[in-house]
Amino acid sequence: MASLLSKERTIAGPGFNRWLIPPCALATHLCIGQAYALSVFNLPLTRELGITKSLPDDWKLTDLGWIFTIGIFVLGASAALFGKWVQSEGPRKSGFVAAVCWGVGFLIGALGIQLHQLWLVYLGYGVIGGCGLGIGYITPVSTLISWFPDRRGMATGMAIMGFGGGALVASPLSDILMHHFASPTSTGVASTWTTLGVIYLVMMLAGAFGYRVPAPGWKPEGWTPSNEKARTLVTTNNVTPASAMRTPQFWLLWVVLCLNVTAGIGVLGQASAMIQEVFKGTITPSAAAGFVGLLSLFNMAGRFLWASLSDKIGRKATYACFFTLGPALYALVPLGGKLGSVPLFVGCFCVILTMYGGGFSTIPAYLADVFGAKYVSAVHGRILTAWSAAGVFGPLLVNYIRQFQIEAGVPKYQAYNVTMYIMAGLLVVAFFANLAVRPVGDRFAERTEPQAQAGNPRPALAQR
Amino acid sequence: MANEVHSSASNASNSVILVVAWLGVGLPLAWGVALTVTKALALFR
Repeated sequence: MASLLSKERTIAGPGFNRWLIPPCALATHLCIGQAYALSVFNLPLTRELGITKSLPDDWKLTDLGWIFTIGIFVLGASAALFGKWVQSEGPRKSGFVAAVCWGVGFLIGALGIQLHQLWLVYLGYGVIGGCGLGIGYITPVSTLISWFPDRRGMATGMAIMGFGGGALVASPLSDILMHHFASPTSTGVASTWTTLGVIYLVMMLAGAFGYRVPAPGWKPEGWTPSNEKARTLVTTNNVTPASAMRTPQFWLLWVVLCLNVTAGIGVLGQASAMIQEVFKGTITPSAAAGFVGLLSLFNMAGRFLWASLSDKIGRKATYACFFTLGPALYALVPLGGKLGSVPLFVGCFCVILTMYGGGFSTIPAYLADVFGAKYVSAVHGRILTAWSAAGVFGPLLVNYIRQFQIEAGVPKYQAYNVTMYIMAGLLVVAFFANLAVRPVGDRFAERTEPQAQAGNPRPALAQR
Repeated sequence: MANEVHSSASNASNSVILVVAWLGVGLPLAWGVALTVTKALALFR
């Protein structure tokens, strides 16, 4: 089994079609993207004992919120911790481990629901599943960049689009399964989690066994690395993850990702309540649910579109677009509310969400450009801690500002305005952080043997 | 001749795998997108 999973066994033979890799990556990301749809289980889980209504011993929403928080925290932590291992062991082994963690996490969570032991749900979905999330998220990145050196952004964007799209599939599928398994004595959640665990395990294993890495020296037909050298920031050398963390570029990109995610995640969590309060009497709860779905759709589409565009205009310019267009749109949102214009309000948020998704999908290619492709999974894993931080700060910021506004006597429908201006401000800070990203200094580049012997490091970067 | 036959059979099999792989991920995604768009239409009614 160990040899079946080894990196050497995954080296592609001649004539292998590289377009087989994106569906494998999508298989992984579509499954772990379920994390965004976890809230569909919230209400049924609050009446696991009472079935039709909550009993005093039933779980509270605040307790259930920790399942997602732990999962996202462990995602960032495991991506940072296991990034180097993912890089060294190859996509098949790491994809296999991610599949087992994610699938088994669901099964342990289901057992926790069945026995009504919340700690088992935290352990299963949050900790074990969270490891599956983190390892699964970074697994295809390096492989895709190796197969698509000519279209790094598009390739990683396609995979990370799957993470955004996972919720679009998981949400209705979970509804169907819960209805199917529900009975007078059960909400059907435990059986749904068991079924999902098995489905995800099979689908992710299929993806893991489909991964191939290119043979050493392989490159796409007609493509020469010199084409890429024309781009600013694209390095020809590699920076190890430990060295990368000592560069200001790493921390500038960390801030860029963190602020972009903070702005988006704060909105995503409040979208349904926000549109209903701003357009009170006009927007029904079902229309608000449609709004949330629409945001997920644009989040997913942005992951592919912006990352693909970054292949043409460069990563730095792509983020510059996010941080100039973003503040303008956040500032426009209150106007949409004031004018009572649903299309303006919805349109602003849809574009904002494309940039939220685009921030996630463009970062692997940005990292590969700045630090080299060799250790990109490991560096990517470490920078995902920015996501964990944003996952905590984003919703907190939105909730506290809103609460503060309401306590200060601001009407509910206007309570989000200040939040929007603050989000715009965060993106302006991110704009300057992105602007400050410069090529990595020569001293951080990994030395190859001949260079080390000669004691003569080559210039790390090829610049325009 | 035998090599050519083998190569064309291999290419055909690769194409089938490629189509199956893309359908395997594309169909669930398309289903999710279609349902989301249908629900989102309520926003503009």
